[in-house]
Amino acid sequence: MLETIRQPWPWYIAGPLIGLTVPVLLIIGNKSFGISSSLRHICAACIPANIPFFKYEWKKEIWNLFFVAGILLGGFLGVQLFSNPLPIEIAPSLATYLGQFGISDYSGLVPSELFNWSALFTLKGFFMIVVGGFLVGFGTRYAGGCTSGHAIMGLSTLQWPSLVATCCFMAGGFLMANLILPYILKF
Amino acid sequence: MIKDINEDVRALDTICVNESQLEHKWWHNLKYLVVGILFGIIFVKAEIISWFRIQEMFRLESFHMYGVIGSAVMVGLISVFLIKKFDVKTIYGEKIEFHPKKFNKGNIYGGLIFGFGWAITGACPGPLFAQIGSGATVILITLLSAIAGTWVYGYFREKLPH
Repeated sequence: MLETIRQPWPWYIAGPLIGLTVPVLLIIGNKSFGISSSLRHICAACIPANIPFFKYEWKKEIWNLFFVAGILLGGFLGVQLFSNPLPIEIAPSLATYLGQFGISDYSGLVPSELFNWSALFTLKGFFMIVVGGFLVGFGTRYAGGCTSGHAIMGLSTLQWPSLVATCCFMAGGFLMANLILPYILKF
Repeated sequence: MIKDINEDVRALDTICVNESQLEHKWWHNLKYLVVGILFGIIFVKAEIISWFRIQEMFRLESFHMYGVIGSAVMVGLISVFLIKKFDVKTIYGEKIEFHPKKFNKGNIYGGLIFGFGWAITGACPGPLFAQIGSGATVILITLLSAIAGTWVYGYFREKLPH
């Protein structure tokens, strides 16, 4: 049993479990599934700076902060309790592609050659870690949601603006991963 | 007046509208912590928070992420359909509410910007938290930067096209 759990879970197990988060959150407290708004609540709680966008009663949304704290803990437990003893398998074409840029360590969930504390002070590392994060935070809030709020919750409730947003997430990702990122990784 | 501002600001955010009429003690929130923990474990075990899986998705090298997102949406759709059809109530007996999302141009511009960030970091906001938990401590900086990005959006919001 534990052996099975420790292996990487296939999409047809993980996807439906993630989809079940939608009814679970609705039934246990009438909450719409969404994660990126937690970043907004953190702003509202810590650095509202008199900006109208952050002047709301964030305490009413505190469930969302409990939820993301749980995700962080779950990430810890997932690695500590059920870590996969085998190396992560990646597509051979991706391995060849990344090999050109000197990325060959697939043991972590993020490539250790790109994301580490000393890389933070290089131009490439700064771009990957800091600029990338900034775009995630700015973009999700501008779009009014992220993969969970738009792609999963929004599409589950047949919201067409969420379909537009989801298509744009994918378009942006395709552009970056195929046309721009190779130049940055080369740096 | 304060209330009006609050409603306007909250309405722009599709997720920031759900509000229970019931007052609960703080420990009721622990159930969301538990759901979050299970969710984080799924993230790790299905490698959804793997930078490599996200690159494979955008480079069309693997079906994995499409399968995950597609099947999650299918289960979500069916669940929402059943909740509406049978008028399922919350555990507190409240009616379950759905909030229609209003389209604005931010869905497009913001969506593209988030897509760029997603392909760079290999993470959307949820996975950022799980990656930190999994031991990639430098991702804490990515998370702080994402919070800064959210703040900068809030600061310039009225000047941005919506």
